[in-house]
Amino acid sequence: MADSGVTEGPDKKEEIDRAKSEGKELTKEEKQRLRKEKKQQKKNKEKKDDKASQESEKEKKPLSSPPPASQPPPQSTTQKAPSAVPAPAPVSVPASEAPVPADKPAKSKAELKAERRARQEAERASKQGKKGETGQQAATSKQKAPPNELQPVVKRLPEHIQVDNPDVLKKLAKKLERQQIPLRMDYGYKVSLFSHLHQYSRKAPLTQQVSIPSTVIHPAVVRLGLQYSQGIVTGSNARSVALLHAFKQVIRDYTTPPNEELSRDLVNKLKPYISFLNQCRPLSASMGNAIKYIKKEISNIPSQCKEEEAKSKLLNCIECYINEKIILAAKAIAKSAIEKISDGDVILIYGCSSLVNHILCEAFEKSRKFRVIVVDSRPRLEGREALRRLVQKGISCTYVLISAVSYVLPEVSKVFLGAHALLANGYVMSRVGTSQIALVAKAFNVPVLVCCETYKFCERVQTDSFVSNELDDPDDLIVTRKGKTHLKDWQEVPSLGLLNLVYDVTPPDFVDLVITDLGLGMIPCTSVPVVLRVKNVDQ
Amino acid sequence: CGHGKDVNLSQKGQIIGLSLSAQPYFDSTPCFISTMPGPYKETDLTERVEAFLSDLKRGGSGTGPLRGSAETARETTALLRRITAQARWSSAGDLMEIIRKEGRRMIAAQPSETTVGNMVRRVLKIIREEYARSRGSSEEADQQESLHKLLTSGGLSEENFRQHFVALKANVIEVINELLTELEGTTDNISMQALEHIHSNEVIMTIGRSRTVEAFLKDAARKRKFHVIVAECAPFCQGHEMATSLSKDGIETTVITDAAIFAVMSRVNKVIIGTQTVLANGGLRAVNGTHTLALAAKHHSTPLIVCAPMFKLSPQFPNEEDTFHKFVSPHEVLPFTEGEILSKVNAHCPVFDYVPPELITLFISNIGGHAPSYIYRLMSELYHPEDHEL
Repeated sequence: MADSGVTEGPDKKEEIDRAKSEGKELTKEEKQRLRKEKKQQKKNKEKKDDKASQESEKEKKPLSSPPPASQPPPQSTTQKAPSAVPAPAPVSVPASEAPVPADKPAKSKAELKAERRARQEAERASKQGKKGETGQQAATSKQKAPPNELQPVVKRLPEHIQVDNPDVLKKLAKKLERQQIPLRMDYGYKVSLFSHLHQYSRKAPLTQQVSIPSTVIHPAVVRLGLQYSQGIVTGSNARSVALLHAFKQVIRDYTTPPNEELSRDLVNKLKPYISFLNQCRPLSASMGNAIKYIKKEISNIPSQCKEEEAKSKLLNCIECYINEKIILAAKAIAKSAIEKISDGDVILIYGCSSLVNHILCEAFEKSRKFRVIVVDSRPRLEGREALRRLVQKGISCTYVLISAVSYVLPEVSKVFLGAHALLANGYVMSRVGTSQIALVAKAFNVPVLVCCETYKFCERVQTDSFVSNELDDPDDLIVTRKGKTHLKDWQEVPSLGLLNLVYDVTPPDFVDLVITDLGLGMIPCTSVPVVLRVKNVDQ
Repeated sequence: CGHGKDVNLSQKGQIIGLSLSAQPYFDSTPCFISTMPGPYKETDLTERVEAFLSDLKRGGSGTGPLRGSAETARETTALLRRITAQARWSSAGDLMEIIRKEGRRMIAAQPSETTVGNMVRRVLKIIREEYARSRGSSEEADQQESLHKLLTSGGLSEENFRQHFVALKANVIEVINELLTELEGTTDNISMQALEHIHSNEVIMTIGRSRTVEAFLKDAARKRKFHVIVAECAPFCQGHEMATSLSKDGIETTVITDAAIFAVMSRVNKVIIGTQTVLANGGLRAVNGTHTLALAAKHHSTPLIVCAPMFKLSPQFPNEEDTFHKFVSPHEVLPFTEGEILSKVNAHCPVFDYVPPELITLFISNIGGHAPSYIYRLMSELYHPEDHEL
């Protein structure tokens, strides 16, 4: 079987190249052939004399093994990587390993895989030889289990914080090429402390490089990607909801190809979309959790389920998720938070957090008398949006920039902050400037309350704002005052760099209280890992 | 009000020996008319004073000084020297009165520009010293107000300044010239100390634009390689100018937004800032955002160094709430393009921040480095306690 595959190879290869250049999606057979050829190359390179005996058996396996072989990797990845972002990466890594022999870590993984498969073949061979020995089967299943148990310890780093590693970049380029998604180039001089992060320009969105009409990426996803990269959809809740709506559209338009199972194929269809969105703008923690949930739901669909039924079930799940985790959670948090707002309060908020705005509007409707100070910062100036929403409701507001916060804090009674994610070591990851406000509030002895839904709780840990962050377009810092733009030609000056950070982390000793949902009400910052553990046990 | 009296002065200048009543420039002692020609010098002087006052009023609109503090100090001192040389006075007391009067007008023109008041006080102190030296009494006895002297002699200064000394004017002008040379050299004196404080491969953070700090860093960059992070200091964004100027000299510079100050502080080795005024308790009145910077530095135990020449030291305390803060048009913060919400929202744009002395590690001035707890001593050397309230 394998020999016939080899002889047909060159013709098929031309077809595949043609299909690629036309931008059409590779058919299932073409993809399978590519995979097979790569596996053949790998095998011919690695297994020489020792495993010559097993090669004959393996040659029978390729056709039957791709479907089962793709099974253990998805299972192992769900156990392996807690955050959803690396989920696309590890599955594609084994397949793309072969063409890059110089990758040292890849080779070791490939070797591990090969050894594992060799062990499996050996076990299967011995099992066939000794029929009726169920003990062997137990042994094989047990042998499958230990490698999977060890894997949670080996954590794969997400690609977007390894930009300074050329191997990782090469791997990413290969993966994107396979998924037919253009690679986005970094822009501008990067400050040396942040050379491990991407820095993109807003003027060069990824969608310019995508051919129109794109048959690889669903148009709803293309539109979403553009909205992300241009900053039209911002804020973690808004981004998650937009993502889920786009995926709902994808599911509605999805039809299972013949000889495929919906549970597996749909997940594979979503992977390029996720890569594309990641390229447009790095995924947020809330989006990551949402994607994990969707993938889990999809893979849990039983195979005998009919397509229409499965699709409606999935759409229902997504609706439920949005309802429970975002809308109802906001209501629950608002109920708890209103207890903390008393008459005559002066409340300080920073930037535009949908949750905090919701709380303040609810409190105002319940006739609490308070006034709000909105603190804003360049270059995003999101506070103006919050200002508009509050003023529309009729709340009396004051507006200052973040450099004036020490002038305004002596008259403030409480600080309400929103969060992008709550990390497992108690740190709060939020818009850049939040930690500063918490610091100054602490110096003036003003209580700081953070409001965050549980779906944003994250298993990552972080102690500073450098290792994992997002760099925004540096040209945003340029401003023209009185007709003079000092930084206009910053690119030409070699020793000048502009830094536009998006997130920062606030240490837990600056935060007095976290208000969250799921019946927890108010918890200290350090209880986040407890909540995560309880949530995982429940699910 | 002074203008009317000046006109009278010019008229009287042609009359010899007339003693006039109820004129602050003239009292019971006979008036000797100096050999200077009559009305033209006086009007010239008043013109200059008026020009200076209107300059002060215009320049302090908060969008960044059109002139730096050093220039203001120099111009004030030059003007005071001119007043000393050209105004009518016979004794030290008269001169002090004249200068105090002009000083009050200048301070009223721009209250936030404290260097004007500081220079006036310096000149007053110079006059006192010169008078004491001319009288021959020991300087130390006059300067130190020992408890014994306070109790036994009572107010000793009141009656003393009526004597006339011929050489007083020349002496005073000479010392004012020395003061002017000192003022011209302050930036260089401070920059000369740069290498003592900056080692190689450091990351230094600063905020806004200070000419003193700029000269300081450029001087250190001639011999050492280091990295500077500049916080842009919205809404005036003077940090941009500072960054371009530093990077043109080849210093590795990064511009960050004010919101990222705490985020990057963990990688900063030193914070070096300039200030608008050094207050009497060792605190600062600096550009807005400096308090946040100082708190972040304290949290990370990063030393905070303030480069301030001595003419910025002011005998004010920070408790005078109504005079401490200065505000500029809120359209810098919330522009008029925002439309409907403007009328329903209060927007504030303060220019200055107060930084308490506990957050400051070191002051570097043209006479060396000091701790904030030493500032009160320096003040007693520069200004006489009676001049604190002009």
